[in-house]
Parts: sequence; structure tokens; C-alpha cells
Amino acid sequence: MSSAADYREDDTLTRRVPSRSRRRVGEAIWIGLLGTSVLLILAILFVILGDVIFNGVGHVTWEFITQSPRMGLTEGGIYPAIVGTTILVLLMTIAAVPLGVATAVYLHEYTPPETPRQAWARFRSSVGAEKNKAMRTWIMSVLAAVTRTAVANLAGVPSIVFGLFGLGFFIQFVGRGMDKAMHGGELVWGQGNLLWAALTLALLTLPTVIVATEEALRTVAPDLRAASIALGATRWETIRRIVLPGALPGILTGGILGISRGAGEVAPILFTGAAYYLPYLPERLHNQFMHLGYHVLILSTQSPDVEATKPVLYGTVFVLLVLTFLLNLAGVLLRARTRSRMRLGG
Amino acid sequence: MTRQGLNLGRGVRRRHFIDKVMTAVVTGAGWVAIVFIALIFLFTFREALPIFTDPETSKEANLHEFFVKSLPGETMEQRKVWQPVGDIPKFSFIPLLLGTLKATAVGLLFACPIAVAAALFSSEFAPPKLREWIKPVVELLAGIPSVVLGFFALLVLGTWLQNMFGFTYRLNAYNAGIALGIALLPVIFTISEDGFSSVPRNYREASLAIGASKFQTAWKVVLPAALPAVFAAFVLAFGRAIGETMILLMAGGNAAITSFDLRDPLRTLSATIAAELGEVVFGDPHYSALFFMGTLLFVITFISNTIGQWVIAGMQRRMQGDL
Repeated sequence: MSSAADYREDDTLTRRVPSRSRRRVGEAIWIGLLGTSVLLILAILFVILGDVIFNGVGHVTWEFITQSPRMGLTEGGIYPAIVGTTILVLLMTIAAVPLGVATAVYLHEYTPPETPRQAWARFRSSVGAEKNKAMRTWIMSVLAAVTRTAVANLAGVPSIVFGLFGLGFFIQFVGRGMDKAMHGGELVWGQGNLLWAALTLALLTLPTVIVATEEALRTVAPDLRAASIALGATRWETIRRIVLPGALPGILTGGILGISRGAGEVAPILFTGAAYYLPYLPERLHNQFMHLGYHVLILSTQSPDVEATKPVLYGTVFVLLVLTFLLNLAGVLLRARTRSRMRLGG
Repeated sequence: MTRQGLNLGRGVRRRHFIDKVMTAVVTGAGWVAIVFIALIFLFTFREALPIFTDPETSKEANLHEFFVKSLPGETMEQRKVWQPVGDIPKFSFIPLLLGTLKATAVGLLFACPIAVAAALFSSEFAPPKLREWIKPVVELLAGIPSVVLGFFALLVLGTWLQNMFGFTYRLNAYNAGIALGIALLPVIFTISEDGFSSVPRNYREASLAIGASKFQTAWKVVLPAALPAVFAAFVLAFGRAIGETMILLMAGGNAAITSFDLRDPLRTLSATIAAELGEVVFGDPHYSALFFMGTLLFVITFISNTIGQWVIAGMQRRMQGDL
């Protein structure tokens, strides 16, 4: 029952569509707004960096990076913090990278490529001797899926919870246990130190390394693996001689990005070994240490005279940013190069 | 038995032995991630356990005390108090939960529109050359340590906002939330950009072919198709915001007061752990309460992460099926 009124309503609908040129202008404005948000993000980045560079670069002198703090942290340098951060990051790398790479190799080379659902479907449709094999494939794919979920969730655990874990597990459980067993209850390992902080940070960076390494392994052509196996190499030989060398740039990238994240994190080391001020450098694994990020926190929140500590504070932030950004930039550039080479090489 | 049948030499047997050993080693390493996820929960919760098991501890710190108990008083501020040190310690989580929610809300409201708009622009309108620049720049923003963002908000942003809007307190939920939002921008951008890019090309081509403009295609085809990814980005950003510590510790003003006003200083759960765990007596009810907070954070982020990944995986499956 189409009445005249209905018809008129349709008519207004068509008439409400603006002319093509007006629509174009409207859309250009919208696209402009979207573009502005990109500019806004850029602006935020440059304002922060600009502020730190402008106020910080003047204070970074040779003395600043080679001397200890003096006068209640308002003068002198940040040498112990630089050393502490460097040692911490090195230890963390030694722990995180081999473990992360091994996990990624397990996920990509030792587990079936099927999803659990696909593997289950194959198990259901297979018969006889195939059935056992399909069952095993299904179990392996479930394990892989569980591991992937665990890795992704590990990446989402708040950094402060890592700190709690470091205190509860490494210090209270492992450290105290070691003290009871080896030192007769004397406090040696049962308190915050370099080792526990590095291991806590290593856990935090593990997911970054795993995800990046797995992506790198994916870029190694399956043909290469097949060729190597066909020539009689074992699976491990193929991984060691063919897959890992091919994936090396990607693995390095992941390692570097993970390390740069770990270098800047403060929450996990708050209770696991970072020290407010130390007159000496850490020499043993069970020593405490100073840390650039922790130093920033202390200077900006615990200082009795904010204006007096401001130059040291800006200098410290500048050094911390340079450290993390150089690592970050190296990682990003390395990855961009690997990706473009892959696109060209095919 | 083929190995004996082929009469392989000692070298080959050794190689196969090494292969077996390495399989075991690598598989073991693969399990470490799972083991540690379990350990993180177990050991954080283990230190919080006295709240439920130890009668001495649970007299002062218990779930009723944390979430329900009200003190006599006129205002919310007097009724719900976090004051763990003193003759009669007061352990209400309410002011801290409220602080966490306020900062998270401001952070998400600040970051979500900007990041999604930028991601849509980068994926749909930016020329390839420009796009190759946008992504690394966002990654650089992600590379700024949160302690530096906190420092910036504490020293610079707080003063700017106060001068601009005339806040009574320099450090408040706006300041902390915006600083937090800056940390969330890269998270939301990256995930939603991936989502937009994973929308199959034939969606766009079909839309353009029936006469839609590029903007209409982006707005009415790509955005709705990638909506799960945008949702996942919000959920994952929420998880990140709940757990973020350094920014809120430094920029939030560190006042555990029960207030709904965004202009008041605040204290989040995470910042409370960071500020108080260093000075707490080991085994004290306060100590257990802080670990319980950590467990709470772990559970909340674990749930939001699982939801986020689940949504992303579902969308990837659908998009690949459509190709």
C-alpha cells in the first residue's frame, strides 16, 4: 500500500544527499581530522623529547657521566647509575635471549602448524595407524596453543606484579632458601640484588623476544628446511645451520627491542635490588646497584629541594632516553632493513 | 629400527642423540613461559594467603575490611579510608580502586579517539611513504620508559594543565590520566592499525566499485569490519592502564582519598604497592594486603588480556576465511 505520503518521504531521503562537491568537502574535513590525530601523536612525542633535550643536554658533561653523586644527589654525576643499569641489562639479556629464542624455536619448529581445531578434525577423520599420529599432533597443537596464550598473557602482566613476584619468589623463596642451605641463615641472597633484579626483568622481556623470534623464524622459507632434511641433516642441525642463521636479523631486532624495554622499566626492580644511593659500584651478583630509571624516580619524588635537583634530574632523564632510544632505533632500523630485503629477495 | 638396518656409523648415531637431547631442551624451554605464569600467580598469592588462613592477619586485613567496611563519618572520604600504618590500621581498597578507575577512564578517553583516528588514517589514507614513517614514530613513543612519562607529567604537564584550567591541585586525575593516555596511544594504535590492515582488499574494492568514496569505504566498510580489533585494542589498553605503575606513582599526587572528583589528587592500586612495599614489615597484615592487591591486578589484567586476544584471534580467523 504505497500512498503518496510514503512516496514523498522517499523523495526527501534522496534529496537529503548533498551534492557531490559538497560531499567531497565534508569528507576532506573528516580526513583532515584523522590526519590531525597523527600530527597530535607526533607533537606529543616531539614535545616530550624536545623538553628533555632542551633542558637536559646542557647538563650532560664528562664529569656528569663519570662521577658519583654528591651533596645529597644535587651535584656530581650519575656514573654508578649508568654502570648499574648497564650490568643489569647485560645480565637480563644473558638470561632472556637464549630462553626466549628457545621458546620461539619450540613454538615454530617443534609444534605442528595446525590449530587444535584443525588437528582435531583430522584426528576425527583419520583411520587405523593414522589415528595415533593424528592424536599426537592434536596434543602437540594444544600444547602450542596453551604456550602461546601463556606468552601473550605474560606480556600483559603489570610490571609491578613482576616486582612482587621477584620479591616473593626470587628473594623470599629462592634467596632465603639458598641462605638457609649454604650460609646458615645469614642474609646473603635473601635480599634484593643484581641477580634477582636481572632475572625479574628477564621474565618481563621474555615475551617480546619470543614474539619477535617467532616472526623471524616464519620468514625462513620452508623449502630451505625441506632441502636440509632431504640432504640427511637432523632437525636440530637444520635449525642450527639453516633456520637460525637465516632468522638472525629478526632475532637481533626482537632482542634489542626487548632489552630497550627492560632497560627503562623501574617497577620490577623497586624491591628486587635497586638502591637509592651507593658509595661503591656493584661487584658481585649479590650486590645492590643504582639504576638510571630508579634515580629519576628518587630525584623527582624524594627530593627536598626540587629546583636544586632539576638539572641533575633532566640530565639523568636525557641519558636514560638516549640509552633506550639508541637501542630502540637500532632495533627498528634493523627490522625495516630486514623486511625490505625480504620483500626484494622474495 | 631403520637405523640399525641401514648400519649407520657412530657419527650418525651421535648426531641423532644430539638431536634428541636438543628436542628435549627446546621443549623444556617452551614450557618455561607456562610455568612462570603459574608461578607468578602462585607466589604473589602465596604472600597474600595469610589474609585467609592466618587468624592474626585476617583479624585486621580481610575481604570485608578491603571492600565493604565503612567507618563512621559524614562523607565518603571519612567512611572509606586506606591508612595502613597507625594504631588502628584502616585497609579500605575503595579509595585506591576509585583512583585506579579515574585515571584509567581519563587515559582511555584521551587515547582511544586519537589512536583509532590515527590508525584509520595511517591504514586507509596515508600514502605508503608516509605510512612507513608513522609506524616507527609511534614505536618510538612506545619506547619512552614510563618513568620518563611520569617525570614529564610531574614536572611539566601538571604545571601546564594547572595554568590552563586553574586546578587547585597540580597533580590530579586529569594530569595522571593524560600521561597514562600517552602510554596507551601506541598500544591502541598498533592493534587497531593491524586490524584495519587485515580487512581483505576485496571489501574495499567492492565498496569502491559500487561508487562509494574512499572516505565512505573507510568509515562504513573498513571500520565496522575491523571493529573487533578496535574493541580488543581498548580491552588490552585497559589492562595496561590498570597495571601501569610509574606514571601514576609520579603524576597522580599520591593521595589515597575517596573522591569522585577528577580534580582531586589520587592514588592507584599499583602506585600503592610501589610506594608502600619498600617500607612494610615482612609478614605484617599490611604486607599481605599489598600482595593481595598485586593478585587482584594480576587477575584483572589476565582476564582483560585473555578477552582481548580471544577477540583478535576470532577476527583473524574470520578475515582469513573471507579471503
